[in-house]
Amino acid sequence: MIVPDLKFEQNHFQLFGLSPCFKLERDQLERAFLALQSQIHPDKSAHLSDLVQRIAMQNATRVNEAYQTLKSPIRRARYFLLLQGVDTQEETNTVMPIDFLMTQMEWREAVIEAEKNRDLVVLGQLESRIKILTLELETELASKIDVERDYTAAAGMVRKLRFMEKLAEEISTAYDELDR
Amino acid sequence: MALLQISEPGMSAAPHQHKLAVGIDLGTTNSLVATVRNGISVVLSDIQGRAMLPSVVRYTADGQVLVGDRAQVSQSDDPVNTIVSVKRFMGRGMTDIGDTSRLPYRFVETTSADGFGMVQLRTVAGVKSPVEVSAEILKLLRSRAEDALAGELLGAVITVPAYFDDAQRQATKDAAKLAGLNVLRLLNEPTAAAIAYGLDNASEGVYAVYDLGGGTFDISILRLSRGVFEVLATNGDSALGGDDFDQRIHCWLLEKNQLSALNPKDTRLLLTLARAAKEQLTEHGEARITAVLSTGELIDNVLSQDEFHALSKNLIQRTLQPLRRALRDAKLDVKDIKGVVMVGGATRMPQVQHAVGEFFGQPPLTNLDPDKVVALGAAIQANLLAGNRTGDDWLLLDVIPLSLGLETMGGLAEKIIPRNSTIPTARAQEFTTYKDGQTAMSLHVVQGERELISDCRSLAKFELRGIPAMVAGAARIRVTFQVDADGLLNVAAREMASGIETAIVVKPSYGLTDADITRMLQESTQHAQDDMQARSEREQMTEANQLLDSVAGALAQDGELLNLAQRADIEAKILMLEAALQTANQLSIKRAMTLLNDVTVSFAQARMDKSVTRALAGKNISDLEHK
Repeated sequence: MIVPDLKFEQNHFQLFGLSPCFKLERDQLERAFLALQSQIHPDKSAHLSDLVQRIAMQNATRVNEAYQTLKSPIRRARYFLLLQGVDTQEETNTVMPIDFLMTQMEWREAVIEAEKNRDLVVLGQLESRIKILTLELETELASKIDVERDYTAAAGMVRKLRFMEKLAEEISTAYDELDR
Repeated sequence: MALLQISEPGMSAAPHQHKLAVGIDLGTTNSLVATVRNGISVVLSDIQGRAMLPSVVRYTADGQVLVGDRAQVSQSDDPVNTIVSVKRFMGRGMTDIGDTSRLPYRFVETTSADGFGMVQLRTVAGVKSPVEVSAEILKLLRSRAEDALAGELLGAVITVPAYFDDAQRQATKDAAKLAGLNVLRLLNEPTAAAIAYGLDNASEGVYAVYDLGGGTFDISILRLSRGVFEVLATNGDSALGGDDFDQRIHCWLLEKNQLSALNPKDTRLLLTLARAAKEQLTEHGEARITAVLSTGELIDNVLSQDEFHALSKNLIQRTLQPLRRALRDAKLDVKDIKGVVMVGGATRMPQVQHAVGEFFGQPPLTNLDPDKVVALGAAIQANLLAGNRTGDDWLLLDVIPLSLGLETMGGLAEKIIPRNSTIPTARAQEFTTYKDGQTAMSLHVVQGERELISDCRSLAKFELRGIPAMVAGAARIRVTFQVDADGLLNVAAREMASGIETAIVVKPSYGLTDADITRMLQESTQHAQDDMQARSEREQMTEANQLLDSVAGALAQDGELLNLAQRADIEAKILMLEAALQTANQLSIKRAMTLLNDVTVSFAQARMDKSVTRALAGKNISDLEHK
């Protein structure tokens, strides 16, 4: 049994044979991921030695991590920028346009309010509005990275997307709480 | 000289030989074992042709362990020592089980060093862990499979509810190890069902698997495409199942007859009758329940289907919450679901099928036997994992059901690996010290979705020591969570800044330590040795008594052949053997038997001569020649 050798120094894009960019074909990524997992997944070596199984687990963990990173637009952008030597500074850089922060505050309050009133309709409306806005931000991000190559502006957009992601998480938690 | 060929463990010298592997559905109510024979997955039955082994274990006073039907027959007579639905106690503490008064067992609360522990049960054969009880079921299925397949198993795939947490999974794996099984993989029950269903029907698209078993409920959403089974999301309730429907009927009976606390015998009796009534109501409009309690009180009630539906309504509602959550996590809508596969005996109830059909807006798929589909799928996966080439290959991508995290300041849980992450997966997080000169840090690993630690399952607490003294915030402690393909977690912590590395691997508090498992294995081997010892002692005693009888008989018959000294010698050795039998000491019995045998050799010779002489007397040569 030959254990496929994963080159750990490869970046996520190289691992899947993709050229590094923000806008990538979801189908192509998925096909590459499945082709790789079909070779290295621990299920392929469950009958072999502990050592071989451990290597398979590490390889599959690595491939899963790379896939999850590239599949999610915000994580993909963050990773791409990191490869370009740009830190998105999501924890440290808190300079945000005032109107953006104001809108964020309003939405947060709206989510809390909807949860308190057990209002699934309002929660659903908030969810779809956030989804639309996220998509708009992602389109803009694609042009900043792939067309304009303005990585500083792109980092700012990742920070905005992080806010949207947190909001989506709060909505999801609210749904869970209402379902309890 | 030829070089020795060393093969991988499990890889036989003949590479094309079919390797024996089985799938085991270790269920709350029933357990099954299946294997792939000539390319077809089949359930292995016992000699009487029964496929389902009741998951019941009985411990008797004389040290016997009865499993399955043999145990089930006594569940009402000996409820304390007859363990039913042990799966509900796997990896569970006392507080998880809730109202223990409705269960006929004697629970023992155990606490490990950090204050957690799996419940144990006090039986006539001593205190038993749920892991040991489950191992008895697995042992029986293992020997059933080894008999049927005429060979030793390479390994087994054991199924677990998808919503089982780390402690419950670890307990299941420990039970398999204790039963001497090589675990190829722990496989989620709905995933196993999806494999059996998907391969059978060459399905493509997004499917939901609704799995309501005896004690657990799972919902998994899977995408089936081009030989890939990808679990998108899973949810459930690991303490909800057919048993709860029995409990509802049981409570209804108590209420109807104005009964309060019953003794264990009557509790078990009414629960058994409740289950029978539930099953009858699947096809009949009503069920009559009659019983005589140990107090002499007569129970005679009729439960109608409508009444039963009303009683069980909120149990079914409780399965719909996880459905909504799983769909949300998969970012899918009800209309995206191509089909709903029903798994588990409890899905036979018409009210369950109705509710599921209504939720998804389509009738559920019931063309596979809901009791067998999990074992069949597990066998198919076991065959693949064992390395038997089947021509068509498939890839299975499963997820962890519950988020894994660490306790942070203020009793809050910080998620490290979110639920529904594809496994295997790993995630590292860095922490630091909050005091100058701090040399130790305690870490509390939890599993669950809630924000407060107290609402999550506590998996392990451990301390990282030997951190070099530094100013607060200077140490960099990297905590790595690794979840393997069985969905089991390993946590390692390491101090990075100083270059000194301390790594530890933890196991859940609710699980057993390796030392526990070793002890149990030793005990069961010891037990087997004790059994062998006891048998050989009994055999030896029988032999000694037979020897004494035959010598006594010979003395009575042919005593005159001996002189006085010879006779005294034999009698002395008889007394010696009789004394040895009194002591029951195997060695001295053996020695006395040898001595008695020795002194009777010449006596036996003399008797032989005498009988030959007697036989020959009065016969002439020609008679003898015709013989």
